[in-house]
Amino acid sequence: MRQQPVLEVRGIRKEFPGVVALDGVDFRLFPGEVHALMGENGAGKSTLIKVLTGVHPSDGGDMVLAGERVRVAGPLQAQQAGISTVYQEVNLCPNLSVAENIFIGREPRRFGLIDWAAMRRRAAELVRELDLDVDVSAPLNSYSIAVQQLVAIVRAVDVSAKVLILDEPTSSLDRDEVRQLFAVMRRLRDQGVAILFVSHFLDQIYEICDRMTVLRNGRLEGEYLTSELNQVELVSRMIGAELAGLDQLGGGKRRERTAPVRGAAFLEADRLARRGAVEPYDLDIRPGEVIGLAGLLGSGRTEAARLLFGADQSDGGTIRIEGAVTALRSPRDAIAHGIAFCSENRKTEGLVGELTVRENIVLALQASRGWLRPLSRTAQEQYVQRWIRALDIRPGDPEALVRNLSGGNQQKVLLARWLITDPKLLILDEPTRGIDIGAKAEIQKLVANLAEDGMAVLFISAELEEVLRLSHRIGVLRDHRMVAQLDNDGELTPERVMATIASGAQE
Amino acid sequence: MNANALLTRLRGQIPLLVTAVLLVSMFSVGSVQYDGFFSGQVVLNLLIDNAFLLVVAVGMTFVVLTGGIDLSVGAVVALSTMVSAWLVEQHGWPPLLVIPLVLLMGTAGGWLMGWIIHVFEIQPFIVTLAGMFLARGLCYTISVESISITDPQYTAMAQTRIPLGDLFVSPSALVALLVVAAGFVVLHYTRLGRNVYALGGSEQSALLMGLPVQRTKTTVYAISGFCSALGGVLLTFYMLSGYGLHAVGLELDAIAAVVIGGTLLTGGSGYVLGTLLGVLVLGLIQTVISFQGTLSSWWTRIVIGALLFVFIVLQRLITARRR
Amino acid sequence: MSAPMNTATAASPVKAVTRSRLFWPAVVLAVLLVANLAFTPDFFSVHLQGGHLYGSLIDILHFGAPLILVSLGMTLVIATGGIDLSVGSTVAISGALACLHISDSSDPGSLGTVLTAVGIALGTALVLGTVNGVLVARVGVQPIIATLILMVAGRGVAQLITDGQIITVTSDPFKLIGGGYWLTMPFAILLSALVVLAAVLLTRFTALGLLLESVGGNPVASRLVGIRAMRLVALVYVFSALCAALAGLMVSSNVSAADGNNAGLWIELDAILAVVLGGTSLNGGRFSIGGTVLGALIIQTLSTTVYTIGIPPETTLVFKAFVVISVCLIQSPVFRAKLAARGRRTRRSTRSHAAAPTNREVGA
Repeated sequence: MRQQPVLEVRGIRKEFPGVVALDGVDFRLFPGEVHALMGENGAGKSTLIKVLTGVHPSDGGDMVLAGERVRVAGPLQAQQAGISTVYQEVNLCPNLSVAENIFIGREPRRFGLIDWAAMRRRAAELVRELDLDVDVSAPLNSYSIAVQQLVAIVRAVDVSAKVLILDEPTSSLDRDEVRQLFAVMRRLRDQGVAILFVSHFLDQIYEICDRMTVLRNGRLEGEYLTSELNQVELVSRMIGAELAGLDQLGGGKRRERTAPVRGAAFLEADRLARRGAVEPYDLDIRPGEVIGLAGLLGSGRTEAARLLFGADQSDGGTIRIEGAVTALRSPRDAIAHGIAFCSENRKTEGLVGELTVRENIVLALQASRGWLRPLSRTAQEQYVQRWIRALDIRPGDPEALVRNLSGGNQQKVLLARWLITDPKLLILDEPTRGIDIGAKAEIQKLVANLAEDGMAVLFISAELEEVLRLSHRIGVLRDHRMVAQLDNDGELTPERVMATIASGAQE
Repeated sequence: MNANALLTRLRGQIPLLVTAVLLVSMFSVGSVQYDGFFSGQVVLNLLIDNAFLLVVAVGMTFVVLTGGIDLSVGAVVALSTMVSAWLVEQHGWPPLLVIPLVLLMGTAGGWLMGWIIHVFEIQPFIVTLAGMFLARGLCYTISVESISITDPQYTAMAQTRIPLGDLFVSPSALVALLVVAAGFVVLHYTRLGRNVYALGGSEQSALLMGLPVQRTKTTVYAISGFCSALGGVLLTFYMLSGYGLHAVGLELDAIAAVVIGGTLLTGGSGYVLGTLLGVLVLGLIQTVISFQGTLSSWWTRIVIGALLFVFIVLQRLITARRR
Repeated sequence: MSAPMNTATAASPVKAVTRSRLFWPAVVLAVLLVANLAFTPDFFSVHLQGGHLYGSLIDILHFGAPLILVSLGMTLVIATGGIDLSVGSTVAISGALACLHISDSSDPGSLGTVLTAVGIALGTALVLGTVNGVLVARVGVQPIIATLILMVAGRGVAQLITDGQIITVTSDPFKLIGGGYWLTMPFAILLSALVVLAAVLLTRFTALGLLLESVGGNPVASRLVGIRAMRLVALVYVFSALCAALAGLMVSSNVSAADGNNAGLWIELDAILAVVLGGTSLNGGRFSIGGTVLGALIIQTLSTTVYTIGIPPETTLVFKAFVVISVCLIQSPVFRAKLAARGRRTRRSTRSHAAAPTNREVGA
């Protein structure tokens, strides 16, 4: 009934210094199917795609393309072998015309010179085949991202029509644009193209995909027919490891004080929104309260938090801080109101790698004081020594360059930076990601203690266990919408949170 | 959607349109104000006097289109005049051997700079700055003094006038126009040329689309090196001497011509023909100032600076609106 | 037990010295100075004559003073990840304005006239620096391009001010700035030392240095900790222009003349070179004022050496070219990685021939 897989990898292994990103993963892709690749942060999704497209060489395993063993040495070779990729960030040249973007590198030539007329004609044909209304001689940047994405697909399919990888193509598209994309995908599938589709939107996966492969922690979790795996089962397979861990901990270690925190809210968000990032949501946080944000990667958790810190500007809704409507135009505004934000991207958005531990720790406090009122060296030493000891930062040398520290210690430096500013609201975005178990436990303990001492904490994590253990209430995000806020009243189970993530059903 | 596309395309042409309007209005104002300004020969003289600048600016256009910059061009021009004068005058080499040698030297130098820029990911400006130091320094190792050229073939090239009806041009001007034409064909009708634009649009994308990024980048700097050397050869015809202080600040004039010609400094958008207009504007400023008589030569610099300011802010506004 | 302890304690101070950012620039400078001894036996001698100190070392400091000042401003600009190409033009403009004011005044020798002239020069620099700063920080033009404008136009403006002539002035108070002596030392040395000291105090004894390094090292993170980067960046361009203006005053005072065409010609390149030599990365972030001073002195010593040896001074450019490229290569992470990979490979192949090169095709 079904033919041979067009692409099959067996036992693919990929190591980075200190991490095994892919550990013996098998993966099959058949012609004429749309196949979803599912997995949370660190599951190995993007590594697998990079291995398939030749961006990373694999450290072991076989790859068979159309019956032949292949070894792809780079994106160009992958394309020549028949694997094309369209990325979330459209990787075309916005300054060139649509026709050129489709044909660049393979332009039709006559007498050695580019035959523009032929190029436009052929581009127009390709575009018409997919029912797109696009003027191929117009520059690409005169069209929306959605159209650019479709142009990228046209190019990819024309370059090599065997395997098409779509890496999060829908994350910035609106509903109609997604529909248009899906129409194109279906048409290509019917033509026999094998499509690998990555998306954070579960509904989209269930709408378009025939089969799916789930990865977890660099290993293959399983390959399923979409029709045979419901959303709750899928979510539990994606984040199953945390469930097991939670079971072992048992009920005894669960949060004891599950009574809701009372009192006036420190911060209230009312219909706060940003187009393309997060749909209007309400949230209030009281002093001493830990609010967890749960949801899959890309569900809008970070985007929701950034609005509360002024890192991005909201385009709807209001924020009240201690009762007063406040506009947060920049992080500086937010910091002035006692809000702190530890970004999930420690290296790019958090630390200044070539500065020392001491300098990184005092940076936020110093910035709020202005350059004319420097912290004295002794004051700096006191802060730094205190937090190096309190958080057990290693090495304990305040003059060590922060880029030479391990991930867990870098995270602690980042925490220390904000803690010395004595914030009223601490926003932690994935503070325990990619760090060792010991450091993880310490950070969780710290968060609980801070809340006990009256700090409001917004805790974002992909690990339900953590979120459940720490939070008084949990906001659940799905597809850029806050679908529920659940009281962690002792009866809340990971299964229920998971079900909410999967179905979006509100009670 | 089509109107939007048209608008985007038009917006990209604003600097070029401004330049064209500027050129025409400068010429008309000049013609009204000064006797003898309105003549074909004035236009041809612009080409004759700026032939070497035009050639260098064409090379610079390639580099700027990829989003790079080449500060070494003036020094390479000087080195080319120096090497030509030295080999021809002091060693008696035949010009037909010297000229290809000089061109090869410039190309190789440019290629090397491009290679360093790409492979070691060092900013183009600092690498070409080192190239500039090196080329100027090498001039002085040959001689600190100017070497004048008496070779008959060179003087012939300097004095030859090719009649065009009542008017005339120099061979250098024709060479320069030929270079412009070649630049146009390469940029618009070859894969290399389109790769140059792609690289300027997004290097990351170019890489992922499987374009030969390294080869394109090194080639672009090699082209700039070749054009500088050729500019040097033309300048040797014009000045009939080799000197380490020739073409001081030429890199700035070339960049100014490219920018005024409507090429975006961030790369990816622009035309060689725009650069031709840019060079003509620069030449016309000089002509107007010399016709004016009371204005001193430094006004050229000030006006170029002011034009640069206007065009750079204009570019910034255009690209900002695109985002 | 005690023997290894000793070596350990002995090794760490040595290591601390060699790992200091100033170590290599200092070594280069020392080697250059000592090399001069071969050509000029009394190179290191400094003697007092008529209340003034004389000697080659004093000359190097004296003639290097303007470069030190310009490089100082450049250091802070580069620390924020920028570059200022316009300093040479600013040098010329400031000298021209000061000399013009003095030569036009009825009493060129009076202190008041000279102070006004200095005020005009510095005030103009303030405006020029602000223009650069606004273009870079507010309008968002790349620093090279933004400052290129003033680099091109500034020369013309300087010539416009001097009317294309060389304005000569005779004014004792003015002569003091670049050519006079004070407390046995050339005043220029004292002045530049004072400015360097002020800059060190300003950056290291306030939080300015830290905030600048943060902005240059990671602009995104800096925004998220609430640093007002825009203001800081604009400020360093103003500071750079002020330093250049002061250098311009020194240059024109030293020769008692303003030359719009040649004053400060190529000084921007020397200043960039000095900063890079001093160990500050062109990518921004960590900066070292001490390193920059050493870098400027290296360049000045080099020029002096070349003069005394009798090589055409212009050929120092060749040397500078190699210095620029090698320093940049050393700072380039890619170059270091390649070098390290090569080192590892040779070491591995010497250690065991059996080690199969399984992951060799990374470079593809």
